[in-house]
This record gives sequence, C-alpha cells and structure tokens, in this order.
Amino acid sequence: MVNSGDTAWVLMSAALVLLMTPALAFFYGGMVRRKNVLSVLMQCFIIMCVLSIQWVLIGYSLSFHPGKGFWGGLQWFGLNGVGLEPYADYAGTIPHQAFMIFQAMFAIITPALIIGAFAERMKFSAFLIFTLLWATFVYDPLCHWVWGMGGWLRNIGAMDFAGGTVVHINAGIAALVTAIILGKRTNLEKNIPAPHNLPFVVLGTGLLWFGWFGFNAGSALAANGLAVNAFVVTNIAAAAAGLSWALIEWLRNGKPTIFGVCSGAVAGLVAITPAAGYVSVVSAIIIGLLVSVVCFIAVAVIKPLFGYDDSLDAFGVHCIGGIWGALATGLFASKLVNPAGADGLFFGNAKQLLIQLVAVLVTVVYTSVVTFVIYKLVDVFIGVRVDEKTEAMGLDLTQHHERAYTILE
Amino acid sequence: MKLIIAIIQPHKLEEVKEELYKAQVNLITVSEVLGHGRQMGVTEIYRGAKETGNLLRKIRLEIAVNDSFVEPTIKAIVKGAKTQETGDGKIFVLDLKECVRIRTEERGGVAIG
Repeated sequence: MVNSGDTAWVLMSAALVLLMTPALAFFYGGMVRRKNVLSVLMQCFIIMCVLSIQWVLIGYSLSFHPGKGFWGGLQWFGLNGVGLEPYADYAGTIPHQAFMIFQAMFAIITPALIIGAFAERMKFSAFLIFTLLWATFVYDPLCHWVWGMGGWLRNIGAMDFAGGTVVHINAGIAALVTAIILGKRTNLEKNIPAPHNLPFVVLGTGLLWFGWFGFNAGSALAANGLAVNAFVVTNIAAAAAGLSWALIEWLRNGKPTIFGVCSGAVAGLVAITPAAGYVSVVSAIIIGLLVSVVCFIAVAVIKPLFGYDDSLDAFGVHCIGGIWGALATGLFASKLVNPAGADGLFFGNAKQLLIQLVAVLVTVVYTSVVTFVIYKLVDVFIGVRVDEKTEAMGLDLTQHHERAYTILE
Repeated sequence: MKLIIAIIQPHKLEEVKEELYKAQVNLITVSEVLGHGRQMGVTEIYRGAKETGNLLRKIRLEIAVNDSFVEPTIKAIVKGAKTQETGDGKIFVLDLKECVRIRTEERGGVAIG
C-alpha cells in the first residue's frame, strides 16, 4: 500500500540529497585555486547528468535487482519492471520508483566525492570515462552487496544505515588510490595552495548539512520515528564534530578557523551516516566529538607524513570518518533505538563490531584494487593527467575555455 | 637607484620570491595584471560566442634597489621565472630619482633597503 506521507518524505529527501552534489561542488570549488574552480563545479554537475542516465539504464538494476551474485544483473534494464507499486523488500509503503530515484542521488554523489583527491590536475575526458567505469564496476556491485536483496554483506548482518560503507569509505579509499597514482600537483612543496574562496566552502558546508537530513533521515524510507531519530542524531553529530575540530585547532594552532568548523561538520555528518538509524543522541555526541580527532590526525599529521596529495582531503575526511562511523555503529548501536537493527559492543554484542570490521575491510580491498585497474585502463587509452603547462594555466581555460572571474569589469 | 619592474607567470611567483630572498632582496610589491605579449591568449567560449586572443593573467613585481643590487635582482627573477617557453615575461629597469621612507622620512639609498 502506498502511503502518501512516506512517499512525500522520500521524494523530498531525494531532492535534498540531489542538492548535496552542487553543495559539494561549492565545498570543493572554494578550496581550489581560482584557475580551477570551474573545473570542479563542472565535474560535479556533469556527474549529475551522466550518472542520472546510467542509473535508470543499468545502475539501479545492477545494484538492486535481487540476486546472490557479483551484482544484481540487468533484469531491470531501463527500469523495466520498476513501476509505481511498492517493492516490499526495499520499501513497502512508497512506489518502487520513489525508492529508485532516492537511491539515484546516492549513486550520483559518491563518485563526486572522489573529485577532492584529483582536483586541479585531471583531464576532463579521462575523468568522464573513469567516473562512468567506477560507478558501474565499483559503486554498483558494492551497493548490491550491502543494500541489495541477496547481497552477501547484507546477509552477514553488516549495518550501514545511510551509506557509510557504500558511499563514504568507498569514495574515500578510491580517492586515496587515485591521489597516490596520479601524483602530486606540480610545485606543491614551494607553493601550498590556499583555498581561493572560503565563503564558498562555508556555503557548500551549509547546503551539505541541510541536504544530509534527506540522506540520513530519508534512509528510513518512511515518515516515521526512525526518520526522526536519524534527523536528530545527524544534526547533533555534525554540531559536536564542528565544535571539536575548532577546539582541536584552538589548542594546537592557537586559533580556531571557519575552515576547521566546516571540515569538522562534514566529518561529523560522514561519521553519523552509517549509525543514524541505530544510535541514540548521547552516542551521536560522542561519535561527533571523536570523528574530528581521527580526521584531524589523518589530514594534518598522516597526510604530510606520507606525502600523498589528496588535494581536498576526500580520503582524510570521508574514508577515515566513514571507517570511524562504521565501527562506531558496531559499538553504539542499540535495539532500543531500532528493534530491526542489532546491539553493538557497548550493548553486549561484540560480534557486531566484528561484522562491521569485515564490511570495512571488504570495501577497502575491493575498491582499492578495482579503482587501480580502472585508473590504469583509462591512463593507457587517453592519459589521466594533464601536462605541466596545462596545469600551470589552470583547468578552467584549458579544459573548458571559460574563466570564473574577470579582473577588468 | 633603480626601479625594477618584472612581469612574470603567476605560477612562478613563489619561485621568484624564493630566489629574491636568497639574493637578500626582501622588499617587493606584487600586483595582479593582465597582459598580452608574444604568447597567444587562450580561446574563451561563452554560449557559443568565441573570444580569441584574450589577455592572460600575469604578476607584476616592483622592486626598488640600490645600484649594486640591480644585477643580483635580475638574475634572481630570471632564475625563478624562466621556463623557456613564450610567456615567461619581461624585466624593465628604470632610473629612480628619489625614495622616501614614510615612517622616518629618510631619503635616497638608505630608504630603499
């Protein structure tokens, strides 16, 4: 039976999640140098175009058609058989296509997150092919394993409420792999690039926070108490993480920064994503406060130590924050919050932590390997990195024949 | 006293600054300018409307030095800015009549350093 309230909320949530990709565009766009801002906005927007089409043609079928195999198969090609009646295995009170379009927005934003790792130095044509292959051979199978009927990680009991594993660890580890094989931006040692427009970063963060209510509370797939719980803990985790990042900076660097609060808020949103439907408010505060600690260490200590150029910290925030969130779900999950879930370690079920760890490791290994292969394939055929002269001049003028800002008039 | 004006590629600024510090030239003024020399501009296209030969972003340095510093300054700028491609820029050396440090009202060579 289609429930009008549930359907309205899920459609609204799908729109909220779609907004997160332009939000991410501004979040990332503000961080790059101004000669590259359009290239980042362009990459995010073209993903909305390309993956919207990929999703209805094959992506949704590969991800969500029931099956125990590598992925779901092509029986739902072009949404054949995906209609306006509910599909009870996924959501019993909303039209099947409402579930499909809500999931489409997740498939769109996940590859967009990786942009942060290779910003300012990737050829646009190579980026397009890479993204399409990555969505099909990394996102779709993993999505099937975790969320699809018959998916094996789902069957062993891995809990990922709104996409900590499928979205954030997945994109984050792909980010690390591409950052390492692509190599550093030229002249990075002498020329540490300052974000060209921090107000854009703040705007992007605000819109991400807003959109994330659809991401997490929408994942209840109904307008019910579970959605409310997810909504509340999402807000509180973002708040706690934004605050704690600022405090860490204050202690370590002498001043708190707005860039730090934004980084922290996003890290908090990442961390609460897998947990949102399983944890209480107090747990969410702890998850939020601690995620900034681990992510701060990742971006301010580990990254300089190893010297990879994850330009905008897609790995440091999304993968590390995502792993913390997935494990925290195994620690703080409680059946008092969600009887359909499971208890975590702190509620007497140590096994859940182990299951969460398996899901994390599988994602890290599978995504690293396949991302590497896809990258090399694209590199052989068209070359992934732009030449040094192009990089110096900036991707806006060289890849798109546009510039973001004029100097005169 | 000379006034040295240099037009360089924006991405070479850090290297030029570094070379200037090595040559103990620490007082510089930097501004962003648009320029067109031998290097062709990049085509820009907005909704199909094509603009060619546009001006490119450049960095302009102004450095006032005493005579003994002229050659080291020029060498430093060349070392930092040279890529051997068109568009590396130019250095102009002008005679400088007077220099006044506002805080102390000192004049001439002592005011420059």
